[in-house]
Amino acid sequence: MSASHTVQEFIRNNAQKDILRFSTCGSIDDGKSTLIGRLLHDSKNVYEDHIAAIKQTSRKRNFSEEIDFSLFTDGLKAEREQNITIDVAYRYFSTPRRTFIIADTPGHEQYTRNMATGASTANLAVLLIDARNGVVTQTKRHSFILSLLGVPHLIIAINKMDIVGYRQDVFEAIKSDYEDFARKLDIKDVRFIPISALKGDNVVHRSTNMPWYDGLSLLELLETIYIGSDYNLVDLRFPVQCVIRPSMDFRGYAGTIASGIIRRGDEVMILPSGTVSRVARIVTYDGELDEAFPPMSVTITLADERDISRGDMIVHRHNLPRLERHFEAMLVWMDTSPMDLNRSYFLKHTTRTTRVRIDEVRYRVDVNTLTRQPAQPLTLNEIGRVVFTSVTPLMFDAYQRNRATGGFILIDPHTNATAAAGMIIEREPSDHLPSHITGPAAYPSLTRHESLISREQRSTRFGHAPATVWLTGLVGSRKTAIAYALEKRLFDLGAVAIVLDGENMRLGLSKDLDFSSAGRAEHLRRAAELARLLNDAGFLVICAFTSPNADIRRQVAQIIGLDRFFEVYAQAPLQWCEQHDTTGLYAKARRGELPHFAGINAPYEPPAQPALVLDIPAISVQTAVDLILTLLRQRGIFTRPSPPNSPPPPTPSHSSHTDSP
Amino acid sequence: MKRYALSHLKQLEAESIHIFREVVAEFERPVMLFSVGKDSVCMLRLAQKAFYPGKLPFPLLHIDTGYKFPEMYEFRDRLAKELGLDLIVYRHELAGKLPHPIDCQKCVNTLKTQALLDALRKYKFDAAFGGARREEEKSRAKERVFSFRDQFGQWDPKNQRPELWNLYNTRINPGESIRVFPLSNWTELDIWQYIYLEQIPVVPLYFAKERDVVIRDGQILALVPPNSLLPGEQPRRMLTRFRTLGCVPCTGAVQSSASTVEEIIQEMMTARVSERATRMIDHNVEASMEIKKREGYF
Ligand SMILES: Nc1nc2c(ncn2[C@@H]2O[C@H](COP(=O)(O)OP(=O)(O)O)[C@@H](O)[C@H]2O)c(=O)[nH]1
Repeated sequence: MSASHTVQEFIRNNAQKDILRFSTCGSIDDGKSTLIGRLLHDSKNVYEDHIAAIKQTSRKRNFSEEIDFSLFTDGLKAEREQNITIDVAYRYFSTPRRTFIIADTPGHEQYTRNMATGASTANLAVLLIDARNGVVTQTKRHSFILSLLGVPHLIIAINKMDIVGYRQDVFEAIKSDYEDFARKLDIKDVRFIPISALKGDNVVHRSTNMPWYDGLSLLELLETIYIGSDYNLVDLRFPVQCVIRPSMDFRGYAGTIASGIIRRGDEVMILPSGTVSRVARIVTYDGELDEAFPPMSVTITLADERDISRGDMIVHRHNLPRLERHFEAMLVWMDTSPMDLNRSYFLKHTTRTTRVRIDEVRYRVDVNTLTRQPAQPLTLNEIGRVVFTSVTPLMFDAYQRNRATGGFILIDPHTNATAAAGMIIEREPSDHLPSHITGPAAYPSLTRHESLISREQRSTRFGHAPATVWLTGLVGSRKTAIAYALEKRLFDLGAVAIVLDGENMRLGLSKDLDFSSAGRAEHLRRAAELARLLNDAGFLVICAFTSPNADIRRQVAQIIGLDRFFEVYAQAPLQWCEQHDTTGLYAKARRGELPHFAGINAPYEPPAQPALVLDIPAISVQTAVDLILTLLRQRGIFTRPSPPNSPPPPTPSHSSHTDSP
Repeated sequence: MKRYALSHLKQLEAESIHIFREVVAEFERPVMLFSVGKDSVCMLRLAQKAFYPGKLPFPLLHIDTGYKFPEMYEFRDRLAKELGLDLIVYRHELAGKLPHPIDCQKCVNTLKTQALLDALRKYKFDAAFGGARREEEKSRAKERVFSFRDQFGQWDPKNQRPELWNLYNTRINPGESIRVFPLSNWTELDIWQYIYLEQIPVVPLYFAKERDVVIRDGQILALVPPNSLLPGEQPRRMLTRFRTLGCVPCTGAVQSSASTVEEIIQEMMTARVSERATRMIDHNVEASMEIKKREGYF
């Protein structure tokens, strides 16, 4: 193989790799440094000159010829003198499957502040427990901070198994202890691995000393754990970072997509002003994009001239964050000077900085006992629940739902120190808060509560991801028949699926609505909200609605979330639908008895970019079902295999395949 | 769903762009330190991306010790011209005038660190982008992306501002400044892959060539002024390249036959030695980087 061929392959392969950011924590001497050193060394991620330097230091310090793996990770001179790590240090390594960024956080002194820092950007945390000591206070403390910072995945590495004779009962006892305790916390995905960092068991290579453990080694788990759903792809939040205006005819809003998906043509609302426009272009140095998603940095231009500046937020019109000046947050105090209730602080949230006043400390959390203590101003490394009032309104979501729009920092206006980190929580509407100033909210604010069950847990149980298949087409285009046949098929394959169809909904949920355009829009809004709820519960939802208006379908997609919305167009000629109509609706419409009937006296606007087009008179209901199933498989929604005796799925040669809107 | 996932390079790119924009939005007078090396050219490309289709909203600053390789000056001037860059070249009054043999420590302290501090003060820059990466060196591993410097340009590793999410604290008092490292999370291999994918031109010194060198204290030094043979030394001709670029007297070459970016990447995939090993100044004292950084070095 030529050099260039190998390199091209290598880079191509690398281009597919993602990043896993993880933090490591544990009490002092649990073996964290040794573990990281071992991980880097055994996965061949350290250079020879480093190894040589470390051998030399090992000899000097420990009078030993063995490599002291903990030396790979210690940093500053001051720390070396005191033999402890006192700050977050970042390390980098990669394997052929993934690249990794480790935030190495100390288990000592300033643990809370440093751990919170490391955890804020982590997808995952590795928490060490010394097998001899089991779950200790420090373990609980660390777990609490990790759950507070919303770290989605947690690996409990039970270390020093070599000292306890690699015994399974020791491991199991600690595991069940931890599980008992963790029930109180909001950590979604917890795994356990027995390791010996010193000897290398189950760190990179699976251990032969613990045949009773049949799981993955730590590195294997880090390489394979699924982090694709860690980003919120449902709620579009685009905080404007700066305005790029090189000439009179270009005005772009630059920023990083905090969450959700933005597409060219999307109708968007600019907050806090509430003005509405459309996305004209998504501009990057490398060309224009049709859509952008987190954490991409892009520049957006709008169809209309609007007065937008840094700190504004672009969102989908039908999926809004809260816009308020009063809110509550869990606060981690990080400054040596304690909280001062008589002072205002700067608060930086997304790209917006404003002044805030602390109205009240509701309680302080004792991180050792995880109990609530009477309120008092917080001091360094303390955590509490705090009520704020800001000078200008903030656009935010609860941190548990959206890390990017739920987190903020407080800055001391005198020293400019970063005084605290805050995680906004769901709670009562602002009227109920003890605030001194009450400003009008831009729109009614409500509270969204969070489930204790993650999307992933549901997907694991159901064996598929949630999604909404939205069938649109003329009356009589067989949408309903296809919907129910698809539901049956999915059910037979073990999926949890449900049909929402227009007629059924009008018999119940939408009984009070008429067929005016307002009534129809509301009808579809309810369907969309219901589909979203069902998706949140993990269901596959199949919607069959004429839904002739493209704009309304776009809003529906935004409510449901663009990443799980699949628009399927049942394309049938009007004439054919009319001829095969058994309901008599067309005849009535022709007689003028039905106003706004799509195709007759109201337009049907076909989807511009459906996920799938069904060529209705040409294909059977069963073929249509097969095609939709193939779509769901291709998009990774439903990956369970069909029973062996079923016919192979058809290739959609006679129908076009494009991206969902 | 792979469809909404970014590769690690694209993620790093997005993060760097975010950092550039944040600085431009929040500071009065930012500047980008441009040292002509591979990290600098990547940083430049990222900055272009951040403000596209606009122009760079800040100047570039090259601290010239007077001892750079001729190829570096040539490359710098050509790039500045081609891209229409606003480039400030700042030289200490002793630049290029140190007594022979050149004392590398002195070169760094005076011609680099002191000159940098003087330049920042002279032009009243309040934020300076640097191309340092955390992976490069132990003490850098703890460096913040937004690294606070007091009025004397000094870094206090024990008193750093915590940095959470991508919310950077940019508040400073007059006279103080921030060093910003948009490449914090990049590795050397990332840099080369990016150069490859983006087709970014780099100084030809990175590519292997037969060069006249001398081996001194285990380092391969190029025989380019001000380097010259000491009594008893033998000149050699060796196939070499440079992994990092600094001043002629203190930059060691490595033996290598990698003459294209692809070959460099291939060499890196099997690299056994860290890139800092070719920097003479780092060998001097244990933890020397930390001491330099405390004094105001990048
Ligand atoms: N027997 C044994 N000792 C270990 C293991 N991991 C770490 N140690 C030892 O525990 C001590 C503390 O380890 P270190 O990595 O410095 O802990 P840290 O404070 O968590 O970073 C050192 O003496 C290590 O050699 C292990 O798996 N087995």
